[in-house]
Amino acid sequence: MLSRAANNLYWMSRQIERAENAARMLDVTYRMSLLPYRVLEPGQEWAEPWALPLVITGLASAYYERYPGRITPDNVLRFMVLDPANSSSICSCIQAARENARSMRGAITEEMYEDLNDFWLKMREFDRHRVEADVGGFFGWVKIRSHQFRGVTFGTMLRDESYHFIRLGTFMERADNTARILDVKYHTLLPSVADVGGAVDYYQWGALLRSVSAFDSYRKIYHDVITPMRVAELLILRADVPRSLHACMNEIYEILQELCDDTQREAERLAGELHAKLHYGQTQQIIQIGLHEYLTGFLDGTSRLTDEIDKTFLVPVYPSHLAQTVAA
Amino acid sequence: MLAAVRPASARCYDEMYDAAGIPYAHYGAYAEWLSGKPRDFMLQKQREADTLYARLGITFAVYGDEGGVERSIPFDIIPRIMPAATWKKISDGCCQRVRALNAFLSDIYHRQEIVRAGIVPERQILGNSLFRREMQGVDVPGGVYVHVAGVDIVMVDAETFYVLEDNLRTPSGVSYMLENRRMMMRLFPDLFARIAVAPVDHYADVLLDNLRAVAPTGSADPVVVVLTPGSYNSAYFEHAFLAQQMGVELVEGQDLFVSDDTVFMRTTHGPKRVDVIYRRIDDDFLDPLAFRRDSILGVPGLFAAYRAGHVTLANAIGTGVADDKSTYTYAPEMIRFYLGEEPILQNVPTWQLGRPDDLKYVLDHLPELVVKEVQGSGGYGMLVGPAAGKSEIRAYRERILEHSANFIAQPTLALSTCPTFVQSGIAPRHVDLRPYVLSGKSVTLVPGALTRVALREGSLVVNSSQGGGTKDTWILES
Repeated sequence: MLSRAANNLYWMSRQIERAENAARMLDVTYRMSLLPYRVLEPGQEWAEPWALPLVITGLASAYYERYPGRITPDNVLRFMVLDPANSSSICSCIQAARENARSMRGAITEEMYEDLNDFWLKMREFDRHRVEADVGGFFGWVKIRSHQFRGVTFGTMLRDESYHFIRLGTFMERADNTARILDVKYHTLLPSVADVGGAVDYYQWGALLRSVSAFDSYRKIYHDVITPMRVAELLILRADVPRSLHACMNEIYEILQELCDDTQREAERLAGELHAKLHYGQTQQIIQIGLHEYLTGFLDGTSRLTDEIDKTFLVPVYPSHLAQTVAA
Repeated sequence: MLAAVRPASARCYDEMYDAAGIPYAHYGAYAEWLSGKPRDFMLQKQREADTLYARLGITFAVYGDEGGVERSIPFDIIPRIMPAATWKKISDGCCQRVRALNAFLSDIYHRQEIVRAGIVPERQILGNSLFRREMQGVDVPGGVYVHVAGVDIVMVDAETFYVLEDNLRTPSGVSYMLENRRMMMRLFPDLFARIAVAPVDHYADVLLDNLRAVAPTGSADPVVVVLTPGSYNSAYFEHAFLAQQMGVELVEGQDLFVSDDTVFMRTTHGPKRVDVIYRRIDDDFLDPLAFRRDSILGVPGLFAAYRAGHVTLANAIGTGVADDKSTYTYAPEMIRFYLGEEPILQNVPTWQLGRPDDLKYVLDHLPELVVKEVQGSGGYGMLVGPAAGKSEIRAYRERILEHSANFIAQPTLALSTCPTFVQSGIAPRHVDLRPYVLSGKSVTLVPGALTRVALREGSLVVNSSQGGGTKDTWILES
């Protein structure tokens, strides 16, 4: 298929996934902010609940440029939900996904376009007041629409290359997001690791699990109090938890095995390497390496993989005798 | 295109009801069905259609309109119905016309027999800015220049049709023909059980079949692509739609490159050769090395590959010279000259303002006439005399006098009307018809066309950019 088409489809699903993850993060943040206590210590302002979505997405400095001064719930919501100047706001993501789909209508099914276009049309009807009137309802809606679009994709699309690139975008974005959430949350929560099992801790870790829809899974698997190491194990190593790093890499590795021909094995090899580390990894190793170091290593690996995917499929560079003609 | 208005008092031919208000036989079954439907039912269906079109994202862009980049084209839920015999005449007439126009293009880019025979003056061709000298002596596969033609036709009574213009460059609108049918089947499935309507859905198959038939020799399994200027083009929806329906890639200029006079597309598995390009980009923008240097939509080296016979362009380069509104006047003569036949469809009588006698007559009768720019399209820049005010006519006269050869004039025709669902209920509105003629393997049409309707009362301008809408066109199975 066309490289540009693959690129558009890959980004279409990444943007939808990004919008969903933002909604998840903000939803949990919003709920946490309704609780009567804060984990705030001197010098830890960045760990304030409303700062976390900005830290996790790496958008803190962009936020301060736009809203100088303090972090306020209203401003964070505005910035992360409706701000067209923030290319990672939920609204911008959906618009970008819809633009990607629009320019690639031939490659996706009519039902998919119809669904995504409708998502965008409805999104446009939201303004600040409508979002603020029912914050939880809004985030729930974004999540459902994202699920719905994935469902329509799953249920209607030919299992061809286009489909693989769409799925690849979803899982690359999801893996990235889970790793970041986990990393930032650990940083934030470490000061209070001392009182494992305390009420604050319970809510904090519970919120993290909820943000990735893994709260019930945790209960089912461990039947016990929430401990940081188990959360890490669940979200990194468990292949049966759908948003874990392992589950994402299973998909990514499988997709790349499907996509790569004999001249394109490097992308598959890099994915295989990341996959093997998760597949054969143990919680003990992660503790030894240190969670932050471990996750940083993982994110470095996915970033190398992203570059390779770009180079191989999405923005290909051809041998020089062909490239010359192009430059002419 | 346009048509003109007759004074409101004059009666126009209505395609559904006769003078006594009785529906014609071919509308019988529909009229009976319609009579049982309350207004609320139709209103709800109209709303449903509007919502569906918005959700399906069937849109066009209006140039010069800053407000909305995309808009849905208004769709009218009352079909236009045409008996099989009427259609046969239109269909035969269109095929005949396109065969002659193809022969004309092949001729003027080679021996120019029609000029030698004194039928078309040399300046009409060589002096035409749409004539492409670069195409002289270039042989195109199968001798086919116009693979897709849109022929605009109006009716003034049940027997009389006129060709208003030929669209031979990159005619658009066929996606509406197809989507309108789908919409009608979605809204009124029961009607299709009562009335035998000829299907149009195989259009894309026929198109693909024709495109593959004109691939350069030697391609056993030709690769066809649709080339679009991109998602900001007004007809982008259609480009994507056709690519999807044909199951071929929709490419932009940046997706293609030329190496050794061969065209390739950039794919996820390396370069892949392209044999046939159904291009929806104007000649000027196709190749910055051959035509406009500032074009970023095109593909450098494409024209060289084309000349070398390594890729087919549909339509061919340089077809504009034949659909120009002043060349139009020669179409009946082309049919006689190349085919030895009498034209089945007539032209609208046309005055060429480059001719002093014609110019004088037209200037004396501006309030009665329709005046158009020779190379204009989309209904822009024309004068509808009967609908224009004095100052508008005065201003237009100045423009004519400046470059009179750039204009033609036609009488104001009493265009037929079709019942249309509007604010006040069901009322007659003027319509035209654009069938799409496909050439390659053979010259054919699917039994259907785009009907455009002027939604404003009394208006004769049916262009979507000028407040026109569309209707589904039903050709009855005989």
